Amino acid sequence: MLKIKSYVKVNSLAEAYELNQKKSACILGGMVWLKMGNRAVSTAIDLSGLGLDSIQELEDEFVIGCMTPLHDLEINEALNTYTNGAVKESLRHIVGIQFRNCATVGGSLWGRYGFSDVLTMFLGMETWVELYNAGRVPLTEFVNRKKDNDILVNVIVKKVPISICYLSQRNSKADFPVLTLAASVIDGDARTVIGARPGRAVIVEDEMGILKNFVNRRPEHQKEAIEAFAQYASEHVITDKNMRASKEYRSLLVKVLTKRAWEAVGGMKYEY
Amino acid sequence: MNISFWLNGVYRHEEVNPDMLLLDFLRENGCPSVKRGCETANCGLCTVLMDGKPILSCSTLAARAEGKKIVTLEGLQREAKEFGSFMANEGAEQCGFCNPGFIMNVFAMLQELKDPTEEEIKEYLAGNLCRCSGFVSQTRSIQKFLKYKKAQEGGE
Amino acid sequence: MRYVNQPIRKTDAMSLVTGKPVYTDDIAPKDSLIVKVLRSPYANAWVEDIKTGNAARVSGIVCVLTYKDVPQRRFTLAGQTAPEMSPDDRLILDRHVRFVGDAVAIVAGETEAAVDKALKRIKVEYRVETPVFDIHKAKDNPIVIHPEDDWKLKIPLGGDNRRNLCASNVEEKGNIEEVLAGCKYTVEHTYHTKANQQTMMETFRAACYLDHFGRLNVISSTQVPFHVRRILGNALDIPASKVRVIKPRIGGGFGAKQTAVCEIYPAIVTWMTGRPSKIVYSRYESQICSSPRHEMEITVRAGADENGIVKAIDVYTLSNTGAYGEHSSTTVGLTGHKSIALYRNLDAYRFSFDVVYTNTQSAGAYRGYGATQGINAVESAINELAHKMGMDPVRIRELNMPIEGGPLPAYGDVPFATSCTMDRCMARAKKMMDWDAKYPCRDMGNGKVRGVGVAMAMQGSSIGGIDVGGADIKLNEDGSYTLGLGCTDMGTGCDTILAQIAAECLETPMNNIAVFGVDTDISPYDSGSYASATTYTTGTAVMQACESMREKICALGASMLETEPDQVMFDGAFVSDGEKKVSLQEIALKGTCGCSQELQVVRSYSSPISPPPFMVGMAEVEVDKETGTVEMLDFVAVVDCGTPINPNLARVQTEGGVAQGIGMALFEDVQYSENGKMRNNSFMQYKIPSRMDIGKIRVEFESSYEPSGPFGAKSIGELVIDTPCPAIAEAVYNATGVRVRELPITPEKVAMGILADQSENSLCR
Repeated sequence: MLKIKSYVKVNSLAEAYELNQKKSACILGGMVWLKMGNRAVSTAIDLSGLGLDSIQELEDEFVIGCMTPLHDLEINEALNTYTNGAVKESLRHIVGIQFRNCATVGGSLWGRYGFSDVLTMFLGMETWVELYNAGRVPLTEFVNRKKDNDILVNVIVKKVPISICYLSQRNSKADFPVLTLAASVIDGDARTVIGARPGRAVIVEDEMGILKNFVNRRPEHQKEAIEAFAQYASEHVITDKNMRASKEYRSLLVKVLTKRAWEAVGGMKYEY
Repeated sequence: MNISFWLNGVYRHEEVNPDMLLLDFLRENGCPSVKRGCETANCGLCTVLMDGKPILSCSTLAARAEGKKIVTLEGLQREAKEFGSFMANEGAEQCGFCNPGFIMNVFAMLQELKDPTEEEIKEYLAGNLCRCSGFVSQTRSIQKFLKYKKAQEGGE
Repeated sequence: MRYVNQPIRKTDAMSLVTGKPVYTDDIAPKDSLIVKVLRSPYANAWVEDIKTGNAARVSGIVCVLTYKDVPQRRFTLAGQTAPEMSPDDRLILDRHVRFVGDAVAIVAGETEAAVDKALKRIKVEYRVETPVFDIHKAKDNPIVIHPEDDWKLKIPLGGDNRRNLCASNVEEKGNIEEVLAGCKYTVEHTYHTKANQQTMMETFRAACYLDHFGRLNVISSTQVPFHVRRILGNALDIPASKVRVIKPRIGGGFGAKQTAVCEIYPAIVTWMTGRPSKIVYSRYESQICSSPRHEMEITVRAGADENGIVKAIDVYTLSNTGAYGEHSSTTVGLTGHKSIALYRNLDAYRFSFDVVYTNTQSAGAYRGYGATQGINAVESAINELAHKMGMDPVRIRELNMPIEGGPLPAYGDVPFATSCTMDRCMARAKKMMDWDAKYPCRDMGNGKVRGVGVAMAMQGSSIGGIDVGGADIKLNEDGSYTLGLGCTDMGTGCDTILAQIAAECLETPMNNIAVFGVDTDISPYDSGSYASATTYTTGTAVMQACESMREKICALGASMLETEPDQVMFDGAFVSDGEKKVSLQEIALKGTCGCSQELQVVRSYSSPISPPPFMVGMAEVEVDKETGTVEMLDFVAVVDCGTPINPNLARVQTEGGVAQGIGMALFEDVQYSENGKMRNNSFMQYKIPSRMDIGKIRVEFESSYEPSGPFGAKSIGELVIDTPCPAIAEAVYNATGVRVRELPITPEKVAMGILADQSENSLCR
């Protein structure tokens, strides 16, 4: 069982940061994950009094407070208009509404969990995290950082032109994913993110430029590129086995979902 | 530590341990309708409303109730009877152990979605497990309740 | 009929939907000690040394018990009529621990925190031995799981602890080899089902206290109060008369609570300390150390002639009882008896089995009780046989299914099918599914293909000649009745169903009957609610008790009218002789004043036969050809349970059973680590279906009339879980050409199957 010695609802980020420098201290997110463990926490630091639980749409970016529950993202019109519903699609399979009212975006990204739909989705966009000490860091860089005593304050999504599709494969509807995938064209650049490999989500490096200039190609060339890239991804993305699926099946899924997502981005197919 | 909050409409000052879960606090303080079905936030039996939103009381520290309005089925007895009678008419309550959490989330759904379709109902309530009913009769009771509510509103 | 066959609300419904405190933990004594169990990290080990001093010194700890502190008489936890078929192979705590999660020590303390702390401070030195996990290598393995001399099988059925064998037998009729050899078409395949968990929402729990007579009172979430009473007596080595068991409302059972999984722990604490105590299993414990379905591997050989008449079925079941033998020799029997019997034209059959011990969690009773596994195997084999013949799987069943008055091969519990509408069930299901249009598959043109599948099933209604139902009907002084019961409503609604039967018999409104159950001090003896027995057996007891009650009412009424009993009529409200009449209230009041005739009847009933209910299940699935995802679209269930006493509750039983079957077919994937740890130890890792996963479930009834049942009723509780697995496996096959013989049918198995098999088996590939 989780043990907590003292609980502090902080009045400022500075206070939170200071308290968090002790190794046994812990910033509380939504707690759905934390409370399952057997951790002994000296000081539980609650940021919920700091107003960090809202989604602000500015002219060139979304600023999402770390304490924003996943369900708020799911029903946020502006974010879903921007992503054509991909944000909702990435969240709606996660356990249930009550769970998503507890789980926070900050907690989800901070954990950098392998199974994370949230991480895959946000990597598919031009996302930055705002850390209290380190300042703004691209999510692509943050994802590989070692966990430290900093605080994830806001999640920033840049409003660059985007076309994005989110897909996941699950053994049952509300289960952890067997594979997650976000395919996007961000300001003209193609990006494919694959998570739940079961390792942490990665961006598939298109070293051969198979999807280069994707949007401007003719449909039959797009199709060829998609086939080639799906094959490339299944050969290059490192997968493994866990309780839910084998390595081989995951590699098959990499191919299938990559193809499907890019067909959706290319406007060839909308429904899966 | 001390916390102050509203529990089913009553303002309370309570002393709680920092690691006490809201679920345990509620069960010890007059809200035995709140049940624990798992330790992994999957079953939905412990669902209560916090400032009107359905949350998992198994994953929420009692400390986080500070300043909030917490509502359990004990605080919605009239509504529980009204909706519950539709479940009873279907035999959907079965063993009853999942009922309180399920009904709390149904109330939350009716707040959030105006006229939910069958698919929307299933999706909204996906986090409420039930092993007895196979869910079908639960959906039937919700649909009949919605129809009844509509007729009532139309009649008024 | 006014009450029978009516969709009457459950009498406890409004308490349940308003969240009233009616369950074990809600009513456990507030000052109960918290009881928890230290569990073995090893699958096969001996406790060499155990140090509890530091644990006992934690503030608030009341006792720490080890194997040294418990009675040394072996017993079984199986909730069965004595002498139990299950072997006496347990102690409350044993030096020899036999699976990961087996009990090593019991700690009781005033707070949960203290108990948790104490558990960590117990120091155990284990002598770790090599475990046996492989069911194929368990029999006659040099590693013996129960080497003890005092292992005892009271009713031998081929069991031998020195061979890791709990039961072993062969039953046969006719010359199976000869008949098979003469069949034009034969198949032979092996089907594997896993140790599924019942996962009732309320985990195992019990609370104990001593009353003013010093007797052990036990509040337990159990299906078998009278068996728990005996089991606790055996376990504590005290007379059962010292034990009283009370069953409050139960949060589901499905067979899990037909085993006394947790009661022994608080019982020994309260017995030794005199203090009230309770245990509430975590979901983790309910997953890793409880009483799941027996894992089974079943090999079926079946043969048919050129006309599709099934002539021979040979079933061999290898069942895994795990570390202890609860329900082992009985569940295995159903794998053959309730599957072979579905084919009436057999010239020969053989049913043989081995039930082996392994170092995994002990198995127990789960809805279907072996029939589920057996029917999955036989129905799948018959489907494969039909394909081999190029025959529609519905057609082969129409030619061979049970018919009223016809034989039920291998099923010894009735001489013939006394009531059966399987033919109507099949016709109705076929129509509901639009089978002829949909069989075998339809390509949806978007990478998805739909397939349909069919299966039949039967179960029993009680254990014939063994189960006892009890009813105690009492007329109170105000003219109301109290119906005392010893069977256990676990949400199924039997308290209501039995009151409906009483109301019908006594011609009195439902609300004039108070139902009471269960308290072993007060309730009439009943074996409990399992084996699909309650409506059929206890229902008959209620009916007979009510008939006697009517006679008593008439007798007293007649004497009040100064006439003879045979001169009066009772209409539920008045006894009259045609001219004068006296009301039920007056008679009831008379019973309390100067009257030597008790207005109470206690009746026991045991049925010599177990008439099977029947069912046809049809599944329609949609398979994604690339990912292998199987989407449940529709499940059609048509049931012959005789007269449904309460059609609503019968329907919900069916819907619930089908949903559990869907879980077993598609999701519930029990996995063990290399060292024998059950990996699906939470709802996060053991995925029962959510409401998003089950598609449509449509239920209809084609009721026969069972002459031996109350108002023509048979059973329904278990039957309904038996068809989804084979019907869904068949639907997936028809959609894809991939036959998955090991459940669950995961997307991976389907997708990889499609990749591996490019033979275009399916018309839709």
